[in-house]
Amino acid sequence: MQAFEYIRAEDVASAVALVSGDPKAHYLAGGTTQVDLMLKDGVLEPERLVDITRLPLRGISRDGDVLRVGALATMEELAADVTVAERLPFIREALLASASTQLRNMATIGGNILQRTRCRYFRDPAVAACNKRAPGSGCAAVSGAARMHAILGASEHCIALHASDLCVALVALDAVAQIQGAGAQRSVPLTGFFIVPGDRPDVENVLRHGELLTAIDIRLLPPGTRSGYLKVRDRASYEFALASAAVALTINDGVIAHARVALGGVGTIPWRAPEAEAVLRGAPVGAQVFRAAADAAVHDSFTVPGTAFKVELAKRTLVRILETVTEGSA
Amino acid sequence: MSPMSETTRGASTEVNVTLRVNGSARRLRLDSRVTLLDALRDVLELTGTKKGCDQGACGACTVLADGKRVLSCLTLAAQCDGREVTTIEGLSRDGGLHPVQDAFIRHDGFQCGFCTPGQIMSAVALLAEGRAGSEEEIREFMSGNICRCGAYPNIVAAIRDAAGRDAGV
Repeated sequence: MQAFEYIRAEDVASAVALVSGDPKAHYLAGGTTQVDLMLKDGVLEPERLVDITRLPLRGISRDGDVLRVGALATMEELAADVTVAERLPFIREALLASASTQLRNMATIGGNILQRTRCRYFRDPAVAACNKRAPGSGCAAVSGAARMHAILGASEHCIALHASDLCVALVALDAVAQIQGAGAQRSVPLTGFFIVPGDRPDVENVLRHGELLTAIDIRLLPPGTRSGYLKVRDRASYEFALASAAVALTINDGVIAHARVALGGVGTIPWRAPEAEAVLRGAPVGAQVFRAAADAAVHDSFTVPGTAFKVELAKRTLVRILETVTEGSA
Repeated sequence: MSPMSETTRGASTEVNVTLRVNGSARRLRLDSRVTLLDALRDVLELTGTKKGCDQGACGACTVLADGKRVLSCLTLAAQCDGREVTTIEGLSRDGGLHPVQDAFIRHDGFQCGFCTPGQIMSAVALLAEGRAGSEEEIREFMSGNICRCGAYPNIVAAIRDAAGRDAGV
């Protein structure tokens, strides 16, 4: 465990300057990933830690049909928001299915998006082969214990899972990340924010060193939208997903007018499934359509013996939540 | 205190922290790596808060920070500068047990007792959050506190009792 300099940032500009100008500086928010990987696992070794938890990036505000969520809002705070409960209920469902209350009181929305994988091979520096931790070293997980790993966006280079529940709903909603750099601000849709590992699993998203996630903008679902989040896991609570699905549908006279679909527990990134949406759009509500959508969502999977079961599990998870949200719509 | 007080490039690795624990303020100079859990146990000698997994998985280290339950093992002490921290030692009122502590004793809500301070701190917060409405709700919102002895039925009974929903003793 390497010693580090601790600095509490006073404002956004100085925080960004402190990290941008120092390749060995990291941000610290809720700490549930950063402190774990730094002090306990020895995977992250910053020389400078810039604590951003007291920056004014915590508010949740509504502007018309867009909800702006400060990156430092906690998971519990977002779950308790009235607009979320009324207009984005599956965000609340995904949040409350995550972690524990203690962790949700600490973990921030920005940190949830930027959380690192739970892959045990990544988190154990004693394991030599990890392309994410040590580029070019190989992947121990593809021939290891891989029950909690990804099948979509995966390859022999890396099968590390992005374990967020919240992000599954966020990518389904086309949420947009607001980013502050040393020079400029920019906006990036979350569907383009995460980067599929390919042969560079160490590159996880579009952020450049020092860029700070300041807020997430979420467009509210139109009234009447049927949405839901289903998480399938080894325990009834306090466990990561084996498979999960977030869906939002609008239905007119038994026909699906619009569909948003994303999968969790199976992707190297939070997995939007446009192929499934294309199957659903314009189709009648029904079991055959749901199964066809599920087949389309998972058609291009990469499995190892430990993850092979997830192909069928992910399909059934998606079918189940589609059945649940469309109940009584025909 | 760690013998190393500078990074390899000469920056200080120590921090001044004022922790307000159970109503009294303590000014400390700490290595920046010290977690709230280690500051409570090793520096302030408040050993009621337990170190279980030390990795955010078991809930044994649960304390309240500004009234909200958090894991002290994944919180840096430096982050708590000026914050109000409540530990199991701070629950008693006028020398008597907190109602949740009393309920855990009456319902035998433990076996070995190691997870108990974390269970009780979490339960105190659960009641404040208004999440003790049913056994199902208690089980869901206490799921971050693991009891390897499996005293869960009695823990749930103790919390229901403390919530005033079950008069049985």
